[in-house]
Amino acid sequence: MDFVFLYETFVTLISAIPTTLQLAATSVALGTILALGLALCRLSGIAPLDWFARAYIFVFRGTPLLVQIFLIYYGLSQFRGVRRSMFWFILRDPYWCAIIALMLCTAAYSAEIIRGGLLSVPHGQVEAGRACGMSRFLMFRRIVMPLAVRQSLPAYSNEIISMVKATSLASIITIMEVTGVAAKLISETYRAIEVFIVAGAIYLAINFLLTRIVVLIEYRLSPHLRQAPSLQPVAAGEMR
Amino acid sequence: MTAMTSPMTPAIEVRGLRKSFGPVEVLKGIDLTAHEGEVISILGSSGSGKSTMLRCINMLETPDAGDISVAGEKIGLKRDAKGNGQLTDRKQVERIRSELGMVFQSFNLWSHKTVIENIIEAPIHVQKRPKAEAIAEAEALLEKVGIADKRNHYPAHLSGGQQQRAAIARALAMRPKVMLFDEPTSALDPELVGEVLRVMRSLADEGRTMLVVTHEMGFARDVSSRVIFLHQGAIEEQGSPDDMFTNAQSERFRKFISA
Amino acid sequence: MTQPSFLDLIGSGPDGWGPALAAAAMMTILIALAGYAIGMVFGALGAWAKIAGGPIARSVAGTYTTVLRGIPDLLVIYLFYFGGSTVISAIGHLFGASGFISFPGFIAGALAVGVTSGAQQTEVFRGAYKAVHAGELEAAVACGMPPFLRFRRIIAPLTLRYALPGMGNVWQIVLKESALVSITGVVELLRQSQIGAGSTGRPFDFYFIAAMIYLAISTLSGALLQFGEKWFTRGVRRG
Repeated sequence: MDFVFLYETFVTLISAIPTTLQLAATSVALGTILALGLALCRLSGIAPLDWFARAYIFVFRGTPLLVQIFLIYYGLSQFRGVRRSMFWFILRDPYWCAIIALMLCTAAYSAEIIRGGLLSVPHGQVEAGRACGMSRFLMFRRIVMPLAVRQSLPAYSNEIISMVKATSLASIITIMEVTGVAAKLISETYRAIEVFIVAGAIYLAINFLLTRIVVLIEYRLSPHLRQAPSLQPVAAGEMR
Repeated sequence: MTAMTSPMTPAIEVRGLRKSFGPVEVLKGIDLTAHEGEVISILGSSGSGKSTMLRCINMLETPDAGDISVAGEKIGLKRDAKGNGQLTDRKQVERIRSELGMVFQSFNLWSHKTVIENIIEAPIHVQKRPKAEAIAEAEALLEKVGIADKRNHYPAHLSGGQQQRAAIARALAMRPKVMLFDEPTSALDPELVGEVLRVMRSLADEGRTMLVVTHEMGFARDVSSRVIFLHQGAIEEQGSPDDMFTNAQSERFRKFISA
Repeated sequence: MTQPSFLDLIGSGPDGWGPALAAAAMMTILIALAGYAIGMVFGALGAWAKIAGGPIARSVAGTYTTVLRGIPDLLVIYLFYFGGSTVISAIGHLFGASGFISFPGFIAGALAVGVTSGAQQTEVFRGAYKAVHAGELEAAVACGMPPFLRFRRIIAPLTLRYALPGMGNVWQIVLKESALVSITGVVELLRQSQIGAGSTGRPFDFYFIAAMIYLAISTLSGALLQFGEKWFTRGVRRG
């Protein structure tokens, strides 16, 4: 093993980590908002909204993300209207196109996770909220949402990790995030295996940290699922 | 009674059987002889080791110590470095298992096979008997346990009683020397217990050798030729059902049957 | 004025890319099938190691699934494509060849897709095995089945039926992942669309039709899988 090369690769790749994290964080944050909207459409009971959300989820989950990225980044430029619109400064920028595509795609997956979480809220607890005179919005904010969030966190953490992995596709439209820089290094040095090891280790570390953070959040959010501390203090740490 | 004095080799002979799970000693040296044609009911409260004892006979649990012989053939056992029992000859154990019919508490029919497929599976693939013969015999067995009409059903579509009768037919299809029943009616709704017990009684009437772990006092008293009462891994008392149910020596057994 | 319409573009006429796209779609399916088959092998080995392996086999399988589920698929494709080229160039030098020998993109792609999906299959198979009712396996032991017979007649079919939904998911993932193989230059659906987009200046039309073809393949194969699942899980009580 050439440790000097590994170290140099590591230093080079580290500089690309912020881009990877920004792509992931921005698209997950925006995607979550969109996903919540889609989930509410699915559950609204209003047929056109439900069908729209269904179609959206079907299309975005049924096609490769890379095709979606190409469709937005290269495809939209085909239309003169787009090129002349006020949005062109965003749509010609590969960075924003990557974020839009990642956001649209994660929204489709997250919507189903959120829907599952919302559906899992026991009916009785909603009724209890209604019984103490809560408004629909208050009830959603104070009762339904917190319970749903706790329920869907494990699946959601998987989705976040897939998104971190998915940001690598942005490299194909010239963004220099970790995989982009790694690909450049490979083509310059022809040392695919070493570069792969370093880049892979960086992704693993990011995803490991994210998993731990979500587990921590989950632990904080679900005191009711832990065993009573006075009974079995040892067992508490072993939950999940 | 006459079976006890039979000069023939015992169908099953157990000597000094011991078995521990971790620190818990479940069987503390069991001796048991089952002669051909005997129907032995094994009673005891839960945790007395009765199921473990039965499962040691066909090596579903490997004993820590003791000898088990089936029709005079001793099952090879040795101890490993940690003192746990180990089988010495896998092929021998497989052959002996195929000569013992086991009926489980939870039926354990193979859910991906129909009733008839369940029954012919081992005769064809373990005993290598011709398919046509296995099917003919399976049909006769289904007739006998009274579910001939369920021949092509999947287990999931049968009631518990029907599943257990199919499981009995599956065990019988191996032409076993001894039938082992591990609480065959415990997982059944009360109204379904009777149909299974009827089948078991008819098997006893045919003179089959049976070891039955059960909670059914009626079966133990009326059908079995001998009753064994296990307490905390040891045989507390045994005898003919008449003796045991009318004047048992063991205070615990008297309490057990009156409970 | 003389711009071909969208329908001309995807048709089989003089301006039509229909036949090329159809061939590319076949290539996509081939890559996905090859990758899926490789993934099945890796998944079966991984699950076997996790279920029945010793400490070493278990930790190898554990590392495999953790690593492959934590790193981007694209990186794995780079590894196999460029790494493979490095390896065979080195071998070529030994035999006197000079220069860079490139590794076949199809093989690199199928291997990469296979290795990544194998990590998912490992978990699918392991989960399915755990779902099998222990008593059914015990019944097989009790009637004297030797290990291989038990595996062939009881364990494998029972595990398979529990694994089917998960296997269907993995197929859908593999199908979409095959698009990444376009970076190796294999003319599959996405690569063909890039070529079409480049030579006609109609990127939207081409990527749109590519998306529709992916959707069609995934929907059709999904329906097929569901049919297969129904057939395989007969005898399972529903609801």
